[in-house]
Parts: sequence; C-alpha cells; structure tokens
Amino acid sequence: MSGPYRLDGGALDRSRRLAFRFDGRRLTGHSGDTLASALLANGIRLVGRSFKYHRPRGIFTAGSEEPSALVELRSGAYREPNTRATVAELFDGLEAASQNHLGSLRHDLLAVNDLLAPFLSAGFYYKTFMWPKSFWERVYEPAIRASAGLGRLSGEPDPDRYDKGFLHCDLLIIGAGPAGLAAALAAGRSGARTILADEDFVMGGRLNAETHEVDGGCGTTWAADAVRELASMEKVRLMPRTTVIGAFDHGIFGALERCTDHLAAAAGKPRQILWRVYTKRAILCAGATERPIAFGGNDRPGVMLAGAVRTYATRFAVGAGQRVGLFTNNDDGWRTAVDLAAKGVRVAAVIDVRDRAPVAAVPDARVRMNSQVTATRGRHGLNGIVLATGERIALDCLAVSGGWNPNVHLTCHQGGRPVWREAIAAFVPGGRLPGGMAVAGAAAGAFTTAAALAGGHRAAIAALGEFGRPPAGGDPPVASDEASDVTAFWHVRDSRGRAWLDLQNDVTVKDVAQSHREGFRSVELLKRYTTLGMATDQGKTANVLALAIVAGQSGRTIAETGTTVFRPPYTPVPIAALAGRARGRDFRPIRLTPSHHWAERQGAVFVEAGMWLRAQWFPRPGESHWRQSVDREVLQTRGSVGICDVTTLGKIDIQGRDAAEFLNRIYANGFARLAVGKVRYGLMLREDGIAYDDGTTARLGDHHFVMTTTTANAVLVFRNMEFARQCLWPGLDVHLISVTEQWAQYAVAGPNSRRLLEKLVDPEYDISNAAFPFMACGEIRVCGGTPARLFRISFSGELAYEIAVAARYGEALMEALMAVGEEFDAVAYGTEALGVMRIEKGHAAGNELNGQTTARMLGMQRMVSKKKDCIGNILSERPAMNREDGLELMGFTPLDRTEELTAGAHLLAPGASAETANDEGWITSVAYSPALGSSVGLGFIKDGHARVGETVRAWDALQGKDVPVEIVSPHFYDPDGERLRV
Amino acid sequence: MRYSALQILKEGLTGNRGWKPVWREPDPKPHYDVVVVGGGGHGIATAYYLATAHGLTDVAVLEKSWLGSGNVGRNTTIIRSNYLLPGNEPFYELSMKLWEGLEQEINYNAMVSQRGIINLYHTDPQRDAAVRRGNAMILAGAGAVLLDREALRRRCPFLDFDNERFPIKGGLWQPRGGTVRHDAVVWGYARGADRRGVDVIQHCEVTGFDIRDGVCRGVETTRGAIGANKVAVCVAGSSSRVMARAGLRLPIESHVLQACVTEGLKPAVPGVITFGAGHFYVSQSDKGGLVFGGDIDGYNTYAQRGNLPTVEDVCEGGMALMPMIGRARVLRMWGGVVDMSMDGSPFIDRTPVTGLYFSGGWCYGGFKATPAGGYCLAHLVATGNSHPVAAAMRLDRFAAGAVIDEKGMGAQPNLH
Amino acid sequence: MIIDHPLLGPRDAAEFVYLGDARLIDRPDWQGENAARLFHDYLHVRDNPAGEHRELWFHEHGDRSWLVVTRNTLTHEIIRVELARDVALSLGRGR
Repeated sequence: MSGPYRLDGGALDRSRRLAFRFDGRRLTGHSGDTLASALLANGIRLVGRSFKYHRPRGIFTAGSEEPSALVELRSGAYREPNTRATVAELFDGLEAASQNHLGSLRHDLLAVNDLLAPFLSAGFYYKTFMWPKSFWERVYEPAIRASAGLGRLSGEPDPDRYDKGFLHCDLLIIGAGPAGLAAALAAGRSGARTILADEDFVMGGRLNAETHEVDGGCGTTWAADAVRELASMEKVRLMPRTTVIGAFDHGIFGALERCTDHLAAAAGKPRQILWRVYTKRAILCAGATERPIAFGGNDRPGVMLAGAVRTYATRFAVGAGQRVGLFTNNDDGWRTAVDLAAKGVRVAAVIDVRDRAPVAAVPDARVRMNSQVTATRGRHGLNGIVLATGERIALDCLAVSGGWNPNVHLTCHQGGRPVWREAIAAFVPGGRLPGGMAVAGAAAGAFTTAAALAGGHRAAIAALGEFGRPPAGGDPPVASDEASDVTAFWHVRDSRGRAWLDLQNDVTVKDVAQSHREGFRSVELLKRYTTLGMATDQGKTANVLALAIVAGQSGRTIAETGTTVFRPPYTPVPIAALAGRARGRDFRPIRLTPSHHWAERQGAVFVEAGMWLRAQWFPRPGESHWRQSVDREVLQTRGSVGICDVTTLGKIDIQGRDAAEFLNRIYANGFARLAVGKVRYGLMLREDGIAYDDGTTARLGDHHFVMTTTTANAVLVFRNMEFARQCLWPGLDVHLISVTEQWAQYAVAGPNSRRLLEKLVDPEYDISNAAFPFMACGEIRVCGGTPARLFRISFSGELAYEIAVAARYGEALMEALMAVGEEFDAVAYGTEALGVMRIEKGHAAGNELNGQTTARMLGMQRMVSKKKDCIGNILSERPAMNREDGLELMGFTPLDRTEELTAGAHLLAPGASAETANDEGWITSVAYSPALGSSVGLGFIKDGHARVGETVRAWDALQGKDVPVEIVSPHFYDPDGERLRV
Repeated sequence: MRYSALQILKEGLTGNRGWKPVWREPDPKPHYDVVVVGGGGHGIATAYYLATAHGLTDVAVLEKSWLGSGNVGRNTTIIRSNYLLPGNEPFYELSMKLWEGLEQEINYNAMVSQRGIINLYHTDPQRDAAVRRGNAMILAGAGAVLLDREALRRRCPFLDFDNERFPIKGGLWQPRGGTVRHDAVVWGYARGADRRGVDVIQHCEVTGFDIRDGVCRGVETTRGAIGANKVAVCVAGSSSRVMARAGLRLPIESHVLQACVTEGLKPAVPGVITFGAGHFYVSQSDKGGLVFGGDIDGYNTYAQRGNLPTVEDVCEGGMALMPMIGRARVLRMWGGVVDMSMDGSPFIDRTPVTGLYFSGGWCYGGFKATPAGGYCLAHLVATGNSHPVAAAMRLDRFAAGAVIDEKGMGAQPNLH
Repeated sequence: MIIDHPLLGPRDAAEFVYLGDARLIDRPDWQGENAARLFHDYLHVRDNPAGEHRELWFHEHGDRSWLVVTRNTLTHEIIRVELARDVALSLGRGR
C-alpha cells in the first residue's frame, strides 16, 4: 500500500498486502507491520479511550510498554481484550475493535467524565458514595464498574490450546538487541548451550529502528547476519516472539512464546507455550524504555515517544505525522528529527529544554532551544502546540523524549532494588540480583550501541568463564554512535492544562500533588492512592517520571524517594497459558482400576475418589433412580453375595526383621503379637493424637506385612511411615513400598461369598470357616495357579473376603467372580452400596475421620495402647480431647420413619433456640437402610452413649428441615457381629 | 474535614487545593499508655477501637515501613464469615457486622461490597461438609444459602458445570460475603484514629522490648526508646521475628501466599467464587481486574515472593472452573508473608510477659478479620479480659488440646 | 526451586513435598519426664528463623528419601542438602 503516511524502505514485505478491519473499517497493511504501524500508515490516530476520563487515546509507543493503544483483537470466543496494537503482528483478516467507550469511539458518551474531572480527582471515591448505605452495591458500584474496566471477555471458553515446556541451558540471554546479539555470538561460538529470547518477532532490538553503523556497515544488516549465524549453531536456540516474564529461584525463568498469535488461525498448533527455563547463568539485555515529559495536554493522540516515532519511520516505513515536532531534553531525541527528515518527513519544529547549541541541523524546522511546550491543541488528535513563549506551531505529531529508563524489571524479581544514576538520570540495576544474572547494554545503563555490543560480549565471556568454558573466536563488534547528553527534565511547570503521567489510568501531575498534600507520601502509598502505574502497562513509561515529580514535591532526591516494586510478569500473560493443558478432562490425572473397563461395560456410574474413578452404582434396565440400584445392590449382597472393586485402597508392603515393631509404633493399637496368617484392624493417629486413618494389616510372614489404608489417605500414610522409618527410627530393620497399583483387590461379601470363592480358589486351599476363620489371611492360588492373596475381612458386616491378584489379572478375576457367581445371583456393587452397608454397621469413614476426630469420639479410646510408644499416643491425652461430655459417634433414626435425614444437620435439644451456644453436634453420614426400612444417620453428639433413647432434633435450616431423631447405637445392623463369623 | 459529595464539589470548584492531610506525621513521644506495634490493618484498627470503644487515646501505632505495607496491602480483599467451628464463626460474624457499618462510622468509603461468596462443591462428602458449615453459619447469625446446580447456573452461567473431572454439584453461598478495597481500610481507620489523638508513626521499627521483672514497660525503636504501660503486637508475617525479641517462641511458621490480578475488564464475574476441587478463588475488582489466588507455596519463607509452579497450579484451577477467563491476562503476581499457625486459626491473647499482648497467626485470612481483630485486641488490652468471641484464640490451646482446626489438617501449617 | 539431592543430583522442588522444621526428627522420649510438655513443644513451637533454616523435604515423586535442606528463608538460597536418615543417625536416633 501507499499513501501520505507510508514511507520508503523499512522491514516490510511489500509484496504481501494484508487486509484487516479496525472498528469495522476495511484497511490494508503489509507483512512486517504491527497493527499500530498499519493504523498509523492509514492515518488513524484515535484508537481508544482512557480508563477514567474516557479521553481520546492514540498510539504512544512502538513496543510492549504501550499504555494507550489497546484494542479487542479477534472476535467471538477468540476475542482478546486489552491487546496492545504496538505488539500485535498484522495478519490477513485481522479484526480489531477499540474499547472502553459507550457509543462510538469518536463520540463516547462517557467522555462526560472528562467534564467532571475536577470532581474525580485522586481518590475521590474514598470520600463519597457512602449515602445511602445500600446504594453502594445497587447504584454506585455497578455504575463505576461499567464505566471502568477496559476490554470485554468473550464470555465463552477459550478455544485455543496452550502448552508447557521445559528448557535447560548454560546461558539464557534475554533480549536480542545489540547487547543480546553480541552476548549470544560470544556464547554460541564457544559451544555453550545458549538460548536467546526476544519479545519481538524480528530480532535486533533498536538496531532495527536506528541508523547506526556496526562494524562499518548498516546496523540492521549486521543484526540480521548475526541472527543468521546464531541460527546455524547447533547449541543455540533462538526464541523470537518469546517474552521472559519472570526470574524465579535458582536460575529458573518463566518465558512465554507466542506461537500462532501472528497467524489468522492456530490450525491445531498451541497458541502459546509457557516455558520454564533452567539456566546456569543469564544475561539480561532487555534494553531501555523511553520516558515522556509531562506538560499540558500531553495525552492527545499524536503525542508520541520520540524513539517510537523513529521506529515507525525506520523499521515500519510509516510517518507518524505529516508535520512532526520534537520535544526533548537529550541528544538522542534529535535522532528522531534527523532520521525523519532524512526519510522525507516534514519536521516542523524541534524544542529542546536545554540552553545550548542545536545538536544537529534539521532542515526547515523551527529550532527552539531553552524552550518548553506548555499546551497542545486538537480534539481527537493533535493539531498544534503552544510554547512557553506563546508561540504556536501547527503539528500533527509531537515526538517527546525525556530520556531513557533501563529495563531493570527482571533484576528486581528477587528483591533487588534499582539505584539512581545521576549521570544518565535513570535507575540502573542494584541490590541483590537474581542468582546467576548479569546485566548488559542499555538495561545496565550503557546507552550507546557501541557500549551495548561490548557489554554483551563481555558479560557472556564472564559468564562462560564462571563455569569453565573458554571463549572462542571473535572480538566484540564496534559501532559508530556516541554518548548522548541528557539533562534531567520532568515537568513543564508553566503548563496550565492537565499534564498526564499515567495515560491509561488518567493520573496527572495535579493528582500526584494532591495525594502528597493528603499525606500519601511514600511512593507505594502514592501508587495505591492515585492508581499510578497500576494499569496494563504497569507504568513502564510513567513511573520514573512520577517519582521525579514526587521527589520534587517532597524536597527529596529521586534516589531518596525510591521506586515501587517490580513484580512478574514483565508483560501480561494469559491465564490459559499459565494453565497449559490442565483444564477440562486433563485438569488432573485420572486413575483407573484394572477392571474399570469391565465396570464401564456394565454401565456403571463413576465417582471421583482421590484421582481414581470408582463405580458408584450399576444401574439396571428399568431403574430410574439411583436409590433403586443401590437398594438392590445392598439387598442382594446381604441376601446372597456382592462383589466390589476395592483396588483403590492404599496398599503398603512392609518387610524386615523389625516390621512388627515398626507397625506397633505406627498404629495406636498393638501389632507386635499379631500371628502370621491373621489380619487386624488398625487405627492410626497423627502425632497430635487425632485419628486420621484406619484400615487392616495382614501378617503374611514373620517379617512381612501388607497394610491397607483408606483411598483418600494412601499417599499421606505412606509419606508419614517413611518419615517414621527414615527420621524417627532409622535403626529399625524395615522397608516399605507402595503396592497400591500392583494389586487388584475385590471385596466378596454376603452369606454366599465362601461358596462363590470356593469355585475359584484352587482346591488345595481350604477356606472353610474352621480352616480360614474371620480375620484370617493367606497367600493362595486361584483359577488354576494364579497367585492371589485372600483376607477374611468385612466392611459390610456380612461373611466377607477381600481377594487380591496381580493388577494385570484384575479384570479377568472380576469377570471370573461374576461368572461363577451367576448361580448365586451375585451382584456387583459400587461405593454407594458400600457406604450404605458401612453406615448400617456404624463404621467410621471419611465423613467421620475428617481430621478433627479423636479415638475417644469414635469410641475407640481403649484401642490406644498405653503400654507402648506410638505416634500420637502422648498428645492424645490432652485434657480438652478427653472431656467426659465430649462428642461421641452415635446412630440416629428419625422418630417418623418416613422422614429423610440429611448429613450436615446440627443436633439441637427439643425447644432449644437455634444459636451456636445450643449446638450439640451434627449428623455426619446418612443413608436409607434397606435392612431397617428407614433413613439412618451417624453423627457426633455430646455425651452420646449416656443419652441413648433421648430425642433431639436434626436441625438443617439450610435445607428447611427440622427432624426429631432418637439417639441410638451406631451399630444398626447385626450389632453383635454374628453374620461375619459364620 | 468531613468527606462527602458536597465536599468534593466544593474542592473540585476550587482546584482540589483544600484537601487536608489524612493523618498527622507526629514524632514519637517518650511514653504512651498503649503502644501498638505494626501499622497494618489489625494494628491500626486496634488503635482505632482503643480510642473509640475504650476512650484510650494516649496511643501510638509504630510501623516500620509505610502504613499498610504488610498484608493489608497485598491480600485479595475478600470478606466472609463462613466458618465452621464455634471457636471461629462468632468472631468472623462480629467482623462482618463491623464491616457492614464501617464506612459510615469512619466516614471513609472502603468500598465494602457485599456481592456474595460462593464455595462450590463437587462431591457428596463436600456437599455434606457444606451443609454442616452452612448450618453452623445460620446458628451464628451469619446466614447461608445452599445453591443447587440450577440456582448456581442462573448466577454464574460461565462456570464449567460439566467439567469432565470435577463436575459442579452446587455451592454454599453467603450473600453477605464480598470484597473491600483493602488499602482504604487502613487509610480509613488511620484517619479515624488520628483524629482522636492516636499517633500513627511510620518508618519506626521496633528493635526490642523493655522487659523488666517479667513486665513489658516499652519498646526500643529505630527512633529511640518509647515507654508504654501496655504493648500490643500485630505484625502478622513477622510475628516470630518480633516476638523473639521479647524472648518468645510461637506456634507459627512464615509462608508466602501469592495472588494475581489481571488487566482491567468489563464486569464478568459476580461476587467471590471458590473452586472446591482445586486451589482457586476469584473476584473482580471495581477497576475490572480479576483478583485471584490459591494455595500457599508451602515452604517457610520471609521473601515476599513465590515461585511459578504455584501460580500455574492456581491458573489450572481457574481454567478448569471457568474457561472463559483464559484470554484474560495476568498483569501482576505478588506474594505476602503470612503467619501460618499450627491449626490454621489465629491468636488474640496475653503473653507470658505482663503487659505484652499478641495478635497473629492469621494464616491467609487476616484481612476479613481486620475489624474484629482490632476490636477484640483493643478489648483485651483495655479490659484485661478476652472478648467472648475471641476466647478460644489462645496461645496455650495446643497444650490444652483445644485446637481450632477448620480443615482437620493437624499441626502442619502448610496444609491449612 | 532446585534441590540438589545427595543421591540423585539437582531436582525440581516440584518433585518434593515439604514438611517443616528439621527438629521434627528430634522426637522426644515418650516415657521421659515432662513428656506431655516436650511433645507439645516438639510438634507446635517453632523458631521460624528469618535466615538459615534446616527443613524436611520428602522426595515423593522420586526416590522417597526424606532430606534435610538448609535454606535461607530470606533469599531461598540452598546451602546444604543431607539425607534425613544420616542426620537422624548422627543425632543418635536408632531403634
């Protein structure tokens, strides 16, 4: 394309014309453009509205520091709010829309805020909106929220994919400007594993925007050649479009690579990759960011940073205006005037605050030294400026340079604090830098290309030397430029209009003065009170300027005033990129038992339990409600036989000469004298005396035990046992291994369970009641020689077994059990039926063992042996845990048998008022008991055993219930345990 | 100067040049009736209530850095009284009631926004626990509503109800929960305390305690010795360090809790939402940023920063819960050092040193407790007796076995 | 963070689970005098130093070693990593 703003040259592919839309307008640009450069090339200057006053906003910078030119990019579910036009690469079909206005961008109705600005000064909202009280949520806040905010989320799930990756290197170089390229060349030539990352899509940094010579040739060409050489090196990884977002502990950096943001569609590729980069050393070559000068009306579209204006002309071949002016306090700013003039852009004026001779000849420009801009003119864009002398100059673009700030951000991520260097009027890295990090180039305050090249080279050689790699080949390149003189200058005091500091959040010099007057004098308080530097750009262009103004007001130096804290990320990172693929089904790993697919084929409904999916119940045709399935499973199990997959229980294999002694200390009850071939129930306490897990442990040999834990606590129990083994009693001869996933295990429960098992157990094993009584265990063979373990234990209260085989036989065993069980009408049951039967038996489970429960509450205080050391023994004796009137686990039945109990109901005395003081306990678990024909509950109530037969209320106001219940024994079903011993 | 719309109008018409300092910047006096160590939310609130509820105005608040530079300035601004245990719930409900009248009382708009808090549940046991908690809240007068899927869907249609891993079954809603502009709380209390004669002294670090014969008689500071009849310490995040200067060891570890905020967005998320199957909670600030966080990093630290894996874990929870936020960008992540106590609950108590009082162990929940924390500590200091709602928050409760363990995690701070 | 495992070399901290102060190795004698008080202090009271801290990490997603890591809580710098079992033995813990 061509047009009044498009110049010759630049790094564009003019053979590729790209169509795009902005606010519905069809426009074109070229490959190599950013959205911002393409908008400027089309003469578009008004691109958005500011946060608070809804002032017109244009393009201010040419990089990621952009505070103003924010757009909603793409459409539908792909919409990305607050996208900086200055870093959005143009692609064919790009759609962008301006944001934060009511009505059109030009005629934003909320611009009325600007007229009210005198009443909306810093912190005004802390002083009003208090009356009437109820109006805050209903009136004031909704209005504030609607006018604030910026872009809009789509409201739809993010349709893109995101990945995560891990990289390891000797040297990470952050930024591929002159310092970074020189460093990478030195490192790459020495053979070090090197990563060079840059946020831009073209490496070279300012070399692509300047006209300096490097090694006697064009700097841009030198950069391209350097990149080409680096690309050819096997151990160098070039990562353009990659922002290093943070420096974390021990040399780990976070980096965000934008893989497909420059394409119309991701086409199956991840949109972005979050890398964690593990480094031995890192060199920060992040360059510097130009800062503006505060003067009246300096927020108008058309007022831009001088370096950005130069970038647009040199790299993007765009004149940011047709009559450009320059306002500067330093020599570097003059380069904009010189470079633009050389490109044929009309430079109408150069205004320099310094009282000295002009730095360069700028043809046809009005050059005003020792002069200042006090005001600007224009409505939606600049059309002129006013100087302190009253002179008016017509301009459509004013390039402003107040000097440059080193990009020290990453040096501060671990507590480093930058220090003020007066000679360059800027903060440079200081304090404690992240371990292994060096800084080179403009980021270190070395502002010439020559110094950056030398500094980068030197830093790489030094870093390589630290891990003993000799430098190889090549001197640092040399460049032509010379140091730029700067005189600190911040604010045009003669300005009458508002002088902006934070262009996005609308913080002006007056706001800073007012907050200082009100006592918000620390820079951190100032930031919080005025919101300065808290916008999407995090004040990259505004902060230092504001600090200087605060310093001026308080009579302190800038060094004394100090900075606010830089935090990660360097530039904003999508939440989806930080999440990667861990969403939806892949949010967390899924664990499946060996017979999971069998259960799937039976149509089981599954439930999550400790990452496992467990069959919850097995619906049969004709069953329309889960209760029908569960009741059937319970009745069939209690009536004949049922089979349940209990593989998910934690299993720990324990071996060694001291295994019995070890278990004796892990469990509250005794295990030392458990006979070989026997199983025992065990209760585990934490060291604080709280019961936290239970299960059974079988003694398979003198020195060999196998333990089961609850599904939920399997990991924790194993961890705690390893702690005891390695840290508390390292002299015991005992070894542990988790075998949860090695064994598939099934409960076979019900009066016909033995008859069923006898059909599978190889004939040489006698499992009759006499030979294999309740709580027996043994290693057996099933199905003609397959090794198995059999435990005669019962959670259901019926005659029952658990049988375990190697995991690979799990599914086959399940099928075999069901096949031989056909003649007994065997039923597969899930966790719901399991739960019903355990409640009927009064066994505590997760709802009771919730980490707040003592053995005493469970009625198991006598199990805690006082004759031996065990974890939790001593602290379980603390007085408040042993109150006579303490909570006790009891059963509860509704007086009206048709009433349903609810878990979570609290227990109140009849007639007691509903207040905390009258709270006597709560219902923990409920079930409909098919055996009893009513709803039953377990729960904790004060002094329960002494109150059997008493009526209390199960009070569940949350669900509108208040049910009279009788306190009963928690053992609803077969309280004497006769059924499990037959 | 009283704040009002009228005042804003008047100042606006005269160039906003008449605003007065919100607080004085006094030099410390040699002696005070009460010295409060720590110019965060709790310290300032304590001073405020000493002055307003007990008429004690010969009070200084000593802050080592700038006012509100600790956790009151770096939390996620949530207020709620949705606790389970009787040792906690009445206390947090008192706090909620104080929040509800705060702005009118202190004439400062702290943007107390009661837009509700929802704790989601995904399994039957979680629902049972939510019902138990909800009923405990109702018993304490805090109010609670159980939302089923459909009721929840009406309020938050953007949640991933049918998440393949952890489908959402419902939520426990406290309509009175919400958010408060955190910095404004300390500013408002400081203004109120200052106007009643309390000396709020910034950049004055306590370096030691003047303890003679088991009685605390004042503090040593970077601005000289300051005598006091009573000293109250509210320095969460630094409790162990400061109390060690009085020779005390505490049942507390210091951990870092990270939080994040996104770029400003038009309204998208109502109230506060807490995921029940991962570490993620979120609200949207008045400026439009999504403010969110999750779990602590989990290792002892005094660095006010954490590491990336924790933030990734939190964002995973966010994407599992509400995948519409994927394209919102995290603008800033930061960390605050929190006092993690051995049962996850705080302390407001005397110490073995006469005249030395301690408030701390607030874990990651101190912000919502600011009004009641200040109110109850002031009560203790002024009357010598624990306030009834804070009576369980004793330092000796572990010896007695009277722990207040909401989560049932035992004496391991990083699990609370 | 990266923990330099004495047996396995540098490992990401994400492979580990953190417990706390390494004094948890020094469990009191259950039959000793003042056992109740000693157990109370052992389990609940912490130095919680700002600076060097000896602490327990479990290589849960690795070789299941408990490690004693000496780490600076102000800077996160790791000064030393030992097998907790060796530390326990050196403290005289045995059977």
